Amino acid sequence: MKENKTQTNFEIKQVLNEPYKYGFNTKIETESFPVGLDENIVKLISSKKEEPNFMLTFRLNGYKKWKKMVMPEWANLSIKKIDYDNITYYSIPKKKKSLKSLDEVDPEILKTFEKLGISLDEQKKLSNVAIDAVFDSVSIGTTYKEKLAKSGVIFCSISDAIKYYPNLIEKFLGTVVSSGDNFFAALNSSVFSDGSFCYIPQNVICPLELSTYFRINDKDSGQFERTLIIAERNSSVNYLEGCTAPQYSENQLHAAIVELIAFDNAKIKYSTVQNWYSGNEEGIGGIYNFVTKRGLCIGKNSSISWTQVETGSSITWKYPSCILLGENSTGEFYSVALTNNYQQADTGTKMIHLGQKTKSKIISKGISCGFSKNSYRGLVKIGINANYSRNFSQCDSFLIGASSQACTYPYIDILNSTSIVEHEAKISKISEEQLFYLMQRGINAEQAVSLLISGFCKDVFTMLPMEFATEADKLLSLKLEGTVG
Amino acid sequence: MIKELLNIKDLKATINDKSIIKDLNLKVNKGEIHVIMGPNGSGKSTLSKILAGHPSYEIKEGSITFDTKDLLEMEPEIRSHEGLFLAFQYPLEIAGVTNFDFLRIAYNEKKKYHKLEELDPLQFMELADGVLKKLKMKAEFLNRDLNQGFSGGEKKRNEILQMLLLNPKLVILDEIDSGLDIDAIKVICEGILNNIEKDSSLIIITHYPKILSYLKPDFVHIMMDGKIIKTGNLELVNLLEEKGYDAFEK
Repeated sequence: MKENKTQTNFEIKQVLNEPYKYGFNTKIETESFPVGLDENIVKLISSKKEEPNFMLTFRLNGYKKWKKMVMPEWANLSIKKIDYDNITYYSIPKKKKSLKSLDEVDPEILKTFEKLGISLDEQKKLSNVAIDAVFDSVSIGTTYKEKLAKSGVIFCSISDAIKYYPNLIEKFLGTVVSSGDNFFAALNSSVFSDGSFCYIPQNVICPLELSTYFRINDKDSGQFERTLIIAERNSSVNYLEGCTAPQYSENQLHAAIVELIAFDNAKIKYSTVQNWYSGNEEGIGGIYNFVTKRGLCIGKNSSISWTQVETGSSITWKYPSCILLGENSTGEFYSVALTNNYQQADTGTKMIHLGQKTKSKIISKGISCGFSKNSYRGLVKIGINANYSRNFSQCDSFLIGASSQACTYPYIDILNSTSIVEHEAKISKISEEQLFYLMQRGINAEQAVSLLISGFCKDVFTMLPMEFATEADKLLSLKLEGTVG
Repeated sequence: MIKELLNIKDLKATINDKSIIKDLNLKVNKGEIHVIMGPNGSGKSTLSKILAGHPSYEIKEGSITFDTKDLLEMEPEIRSHEGLFLAFQYPLEIAGVTNFDFLRIAYNEKKKYHKLEELDPLQFMELADGVLKKLKMKAEFLNRDLNQGFSGGEKKRNEILQMLLLNPKLVILDEIDSGLDIDAIKVICEGILNNIEKDSSLIIITHYPKILSYLKPDFVHIMMDGKIIKTGNLELVNLLEEKGYDAFEK
């Protein structure tokens, strides 16, 4: 008996993934604090960083609130108990004093970023992108500082900002995500070590794209960054964020906060490609990614747009949101979340319409393979005074294989009768007939799946900046490799 | 030079253990046009899918040689590279993938397989443009998502566009005429006849003799219950028109 050989070709099954490309670690000397968290550790972090008094108060506030909170359990995630007493809350590369220039950075660290394809050497810099590189919670260096300074743009690590622009920090830090906003936000507020700060003055269109590259290196340290972006009236900025981490069999905690503030007519576009280590094919190891990202459209006609491509982390808990306070302001959320093996993602957004004639748009694409769980969770709230506001949401899920899950949890809360909210949701599977059609035209099964997926994600990829879109497309193909046997 | 292109010998095939093809034999030489006619459920479309390598069918017995090679040993995409083209009765819609990207990938995959140079987007645009003109199709066709929202006629024309770009040795037309008006059938048939290589062969699966006035077949086969029960020339079609399939049942 002769079997048609292609029989097995379509059995969509789970096989080994392409090994994680960024899984190496860098041997450098670090200075770490003892494990665990108490008031003294918080004080120590603040004094180590030579922070002004208001920062210590801010941190201690966060700590006190965190002590009283419990970890949220409403998400569609099963999380191994996290032992908060067994985490190092502060780890810095040892040689760091105050660096005058990138020449003083440990060459091992620079090599790490080179390996990741991020060059901090201004001779070989990426054109049109200024980068702040964050290595185990500490900013290593920021490129193009001078060029940006000419236009009045401030782009530096948040530690430097606390030192050099304390007034701006005191005024804005914690105004969008307060120190007691949620469990992870409170934790971050008390121990955050570094992150990026960006200030675009009035009437300035930021001449470069700004980018932060986050790298977790140390094995037992949690990473807690904090990013704050302020766009004054009539300004605009494009911001990109990338993340990787080494492969460890222990889970590592990452709890970050991003706050955005847009004044009248200001525009902030924030794009993320998140590729933290996702654990191995049996679900061992990987980053626990608990992130609070929120933007405040405080001014008239302001706009904030989030675009995210989430492919990494063993657990993702993340809802980049917009508070639409200013009249006629706009919030957007474009997301592709791909989960494979035993990854779990519970991600989405919140669009809070408070001002009149505010608009929001949500496009979410979830792809689940292997034994993964992928949930969209989104809230659209139209406040009582948000006359003539509009929202459009589209949440599509794509399932590969028979053991993955996709869920959609839309919450809609409308207190105003002049507003319009639309929601569309769709779940599809890879269709065998579509695959057969593409294969009949000479495209092999794996390529055909990639093509179908990139078609599925097109609405979101077109929102990414050029270099990121290509990278995201490649990343998805890489992650999908081996999902079709 | 070998004349034989396709040789199906004693083929038996099932789907979910249900027997569909029951001892089928068919030989197609280079440059020939064959027509397979038969009532619904006789196994015509199944045969075309088996030739293209659809995974749902199981081959129980028999062999298929294609251009001296064992067709059943090849993955579907290899069959395509080797020159087998199936024009689908219902071409599939694929969102987010432009016709242009799809065509270029398909074209270059074949080139890669034969170790020939691949075309960059500009070169390919030039090539595709020429073929579009032959088929009297507009260039904007390329920018639309693959078959997404195409009319029935547009989908079929897109199949022919793909066919001409891939330049196959054997073309199987699975009810290319279904759902098309007479003018559209004419455009498509002329598109095929005027552009296909002389020694390429055609297998036409159809219910309607109309298409045969444009594509003159060398052989007409009547297929019933998973077998070819009679082979002849156009005369057979006339007989069929007159008496129906009943006349062929034993």
